[in-house]
Amino acid sequence: MTDDTRTVIRRVLREQARLPVDVDTLGDDADLFAAGMTSHASVNLMLALEDTFDIEFPDRMLTRGVFDSVSAIAGAVTELSGAPDGETPGAGGAA
Amino acid sequence: MSSRARSRFERLRLRLRLRRRRSRVLVGIDLAAVADVEESIGVHGGRYLSRVYTSRELRDCATSGGLPDAGRLAARFAAKEATMKVLRVGDEALPWQTIGVLSGPGGRPSLELTGAAGELARRRGIGSLDLSITHEGPFAAAIVVAALERP
Repeated sequence: MTDDTRTVIRRVLREQARLPVDVDTLGDDADLFAAGMTSHASVNLMLALEDTFDIEFPDRMLTRGVFDSVSAIAGAVTELSGAPDGETPGAGGAA
Repeated sequence: MSSRARSRFERLRLRLRLRRRRSRVLVGIDLAAVADVEESIGVHGGRYLSRVYTSRELRDCATSGGLPDAGRLAARFAAKEATMKVLRVGDEALPWQTIGVLSGPGGRPSLELTGAAGELARRRGIGSLDLSITHEGPFAAAIVVAALERP
């Protein structure tokens, strides 16, 4: 995964997660639920990530842990897009 | 033993007995904002509806014009989250659709767990579940009570 992937994830988070804090003040491993992301916002986040990276989260990945940090999301996006390290997965379309 | 000492001894014995007896019920509660559901329907449309709600929930929550009723759907989302709390989901994979709200006679709701949710309920020793939901103005809420077969 690349810095670009994490940048795109942070953009999607800013648009969908409705965090009470600026997402850029959170580290890659910060717990997004502890930072104020609701479970309903996590649904919007999942759908927007699917649109943005042209992926689909399978049932086995519908866990809290997959969406609880920028790092965890980046790992899931990389796994689902099949992109090797060093490449930015997906087209990065509007969420 | 003096009466005062005996009274103190009885209180201590009662406290120990209560501590030993583990609860046979679990309670979960959740609150959902109707506007959040409205916005998700507006932004993600059918993908949001089909990923979160069962086809029966979507039928039960359609307006007379056939549009999704965000207030009733918000109550069902709250029911799913309250159920996840009594299931002590942790990091288990649990699709929202595996927790369904059924509208019974007189509108009394009940829960139907399928797939991963049903399996998790069995593993957690949950024998039965009861549900109460409400929606009023901007909010919807749900309370779920689970009776344990083996605490």
